[in-house]
Amino acid sequence: MQRRLRPLLLWVIGMALPLAADAEWRLSDICPAGFHSRDGGCYLQSFYSGYASLQESGVGGLKTGMPPLREGFTAQQIDLGRLLFFDPLLSVDGDMACSSCHQPARGFTDGLAGSVGRHGEAMHRSAPTLWNVGFLRELFWDARAKSLEEQMKGPLFSQEEMANTPAQLLKSLQDNANYEELFKQAFNDEPLSLGQVYTALAAFQSSLVSLGSRYDLYANGFHEVLTQPEIEGMNVFRSFVARCAECHTPPAFTNQQIAVIGTPEPEGAALDPGVQAITGDASQRGGFRVPTLRNIELTAPYMHSGRFKTLRETVAFYTGGRGHAVPKGEHLSLHWHIWEPDLTDHELDLLVAFLKTLTDQSFMPVLPAKVPSGLTPVATQILTH
Amino acid sequence: MTKIIPLGLLWLSLLVAAPSLMAAEISVKDGESIQGAVNKAETGDVILVYPGTYKESVYVDKDGITIRGVVQDGEWPVMEGEGKRNDAILYSGNDFTVEWLTITHYKGNAIMGQAGNNFVIRYNRVIDTGVYGIFPQFGKNGLIEYNVLSGIEDAAIYVGMCDNVDVRHNEVFDNVAGIEIENTRHALVENNYAHDNTAGLLVFITPGLPIKTTFDVILRNNFVVNNNTANFGAPGSIVSKVPAGIGIVVMAADDVVVEGNIVSGNKTAGIVVTDLAFITDISSDPESEPNPDRMVFLDNLMFDNGADPVADVKALMLTQFSRSGPDILANLGSAQEPDNCIINRERYTSFGVKKWSECERKDTADITTMRIPGGAPNEVVTTENRTKLLYQGICAGCHAYNMRMIGPPTLTVQALYRNDPQGIADYIAAPHKVRTDYPAMPPQGHLSPDLRREVAEFMLNVTK
Ligand code: HEC
Ligand code: HEC
Ligand code: HEC
Repeated sequence: MQRRLRPLLLWVIGMALPLAADAEWRLSDICPAGFHSRDGGCYLQSFYSGYASLQESGVGGLKTGMPPLREGFTAQQIDLGRLLFFDPLLSVDGDMACSSCHQPARGFTDGLAGSVGRHGEAMHRSAPTLWNVGFLRELFWDARAKSLEEQMKGPLFSQEEMANTPAQLLKSLQDNANYEELFKQAFNDEPLSLGQVYTALAAFQSSLVSLGSRYDLYANGFHEVLTQPEIEGMNVFRSFVARCAECHTPPAFTNQQIAVIGTPEPEGAALDPGVQAITGDASQRGGFRVPTLRNIELTAPYMHSGRFKTLRETVAFYTGGRGHAVPKGEHLSLHWHIWEPDLTDHELDLLVAFLKTLTDQSFMPVLPAKVPSGLTPVATQILTH
Repeated sequence: MTKIIPLGLLWLSLLVAAPSLMAAEISVKDGESIQGAVNKAETGDVILVYPGTYKESVYVDKDGITIRGVVQDGEWPVMEGEGKRNDAILYSGNDFTVEWLTITHYKGNAIMGQAGNNFVIRYNRVIDTGVYGIFPQFGKNGLIEYNVLSGIEDAAIYVGMCDNVDVRHNEVFDNVAGIEIENTRHALVENNYAHDNTAGLLVFITPGLPIKTTFDVILRNNFVVNNNTANFGAPGSIVSKVPAGIGIVVMAADDVVVEGNIVSGNKTAGIVVTDLAFITDISSDPESEPNPDRMVFLDNLMFDNGADPVADVKALMLTQFSRSGPDILANLGSAQEPDNCIINRERYTSFGVKKWSECERKDTADITTMRIPGGAPNEVVTTENRTKLLYQGICAGCHAYNMRMIGPPTLTVQALYRNDPQGIADYIAAPHKVRTDYPAMPPQGHLSPDLRREVAEFMLNVTK
């Protein structure tokens, strides 16, 4: 009797355990907004799909092709990445997800000058937006990661952030029957691996495309959608006086280069050496990758240090004089486009008006109400539409 | 699906190829606004600007527009920046032509392109504008000819990050840099007169730009004379670091032919070939290849160069027991290597060309232009095809013809709204939830009622 019951009991308990695969967990087989299914992968269809760019550089003017996008992931991989992104199971304490610092409601940033780390301490750089991140060749403010896969090992395994270990991360996913099942759906029944986690997160992040702003309508011939002050702001932006477009070059609004522009650190903080800390090259001291300005309205505070609270303060930096915020005794090889443009107050207002035309969240992914771990998904409260 | 754009554009390019069918002339008289005319203009139109003073900045974000000054009895149309306006002409459209204008006193550039293929910039006079005179950027296939430019604190003509450009018959003087070819491929600089600048002709790679190379450049039959003006470039600018008295500078560029030029009276040196170390205190860029490779120096007439060289060059020349500067100075490392070549080297005072080989080719007579026969292919947007572009750019991201995407198939929508485009136009302004198994559709309220109606009609007529 006893002997016969045991397996049965185990089976019953197994059923009751929350780890059991839940029938409701199925990955979407439909590509996300903006993406078409082709040969089993998802490919972007946008205003810019039909345009070329000089030397395929993805920089130019209004009607220029975007830089190459990481695309071709399957709908299932993208959908799995979406669940992982919001699931605090990925952190060692089970309380932090990617979305803790990259919150959809804040343009996939956290609204902080320095993100809050694992034990509540402020980190010294601000979380960048993830909109259009799949178009970037190099990641982080100092360009130290060459792919999304490489980048995410930063937050996942850094003691300051999610503080996981590769082994622990893999185990927590394997121990979860829902994930076991979902990874199978996304990766042809192959055994669950960390590489799949990275692929899925990269796939999801690359689907965060924002190319349908009012600016984009203007660029594609719908001149009436911008107001006169916004058009004037655009002209200041691309003028050779303000020179914003020389670095924040359309259509991505970044030329993806490193520039030393000499922005100030928060009161009392030491100069962030930026790229120099990675390469050891003194001429790159204070160098940062030019950030995109798409959805910039949503991602205050600004600059690597989050030093500026408003867009108005941020754009005023550029007319403060070449090197005005460089600490005494520091020598920075400032970029030649940082000069003395003598922009008027009115022009600064126009610039801000223009920057706000770059807002577009129409491809906001569906924010999950629950995640496979059964933990509470992070920062999914606000839906924009 | 993506194929639809090129097809639609192909159809358009047929229209554009015969602009005379639809081209209109729009006149602008003194007291009127050039921008006003641009706003009215359509692809193929010519805007005629009559003599007068035009105090405005003009931007052209349409394809196939020509702005043509009308010069009458020596009176020119003048664009006047009064030292406070940014740029005189800013274009992004393809097939843009600007000619017969006098442009003066702008803070930024006189004529600036940002993308825009097949540009033509000619017969303009540019006097004392701020940074650059003529500056096409990110353009493919262009012509810059018969312009006269002076008093510019950076480059008078600056071809930056372009492909396939001819620069010819221009006069540039009293500028910091005369003509600059930078991070550009396939350029012909011919029959120009560059005098009394800080430096006459410059062929450069600037590090830190998104397009990294300069190669296949011909400098031919130019007068490059007396470029000795003290450098008045803005502090921090790249040209502010160029020493005065240089005829031609080639920095880090590859495959540069120098032929048939008259280079004289430049007090530091006639021609300098150098690597990126020439420009100091600039953030380094590992992706910019620093060495000048494969120079081809054919016959040139050079004399009286280097009469009073800057200190560095004087010191260098003293190592050759010469107190005056050189016609040719191949400065540093790879500039002196045998992948470079020269003919009749004995005619010139030179430094650093000892190892250069003898050129096989003796002239470039076979090359008459660097432009692309028939022009660069363009994606032309006109008022006729923009609704299609809107549908492709926005709606088709979520609606496929007969397949479920994020949104329901277009066929389904067509069945629902058969004769009711206004119904669609109203729905998309503020979509409500219809289907439980679909996400909500994002509102398109930023589109005007007219645009929503246009795109709705388009959606009802989509057939594949
Ligand atoms: C504790 C806050 C925090 C968490 C959690 C976090 N990030 Fe970040 N993220 C940041 C900060 C801060 C930066 C910028 C750091 C730097 O540049 O040095 C950043 C940078 C990035 C970038 C580079 C963007 C760019 O434009 O260069 C990507 C991509 C990214 N994070 C993705 C993720 C993913 C995926 C996860 C989850 C695995 C994640 N982040 C978790 C704070 C966080
Ligand atoms: C020389 C290149 C360059 C030019 C020119 C330039 N920027 Fe920037 N911009 C940068 C870099 C690099 C950063 C990041 C600097 C940092 O974090 O310290 C930046 C940051 C910004 C930010 C903050 C982005 C964020 O996510 O926090 C804004 C807004 C901005 N720039 C707007 C402008 C405007 C407006 C202009 C023209 C007036 C301009 N920029 C001109 C290189 C440039
Ligand atoms: C981000 C994706 C997305 C974009 C972009 C988009 N749609 Fe939709 N659309 C949807 C979804 C999802 C639905 C289904 C909504 C529902 O059933 O609740 C829908 C439904 C519709 C419907 C059907 C409404 C009904 O009564 O059933 C129409 C009509 C429509 N869209 C037109 C358009 C037009 C025109 C555009 C371009 C201006 C457009 N859509 C752009 C996602 C999108």
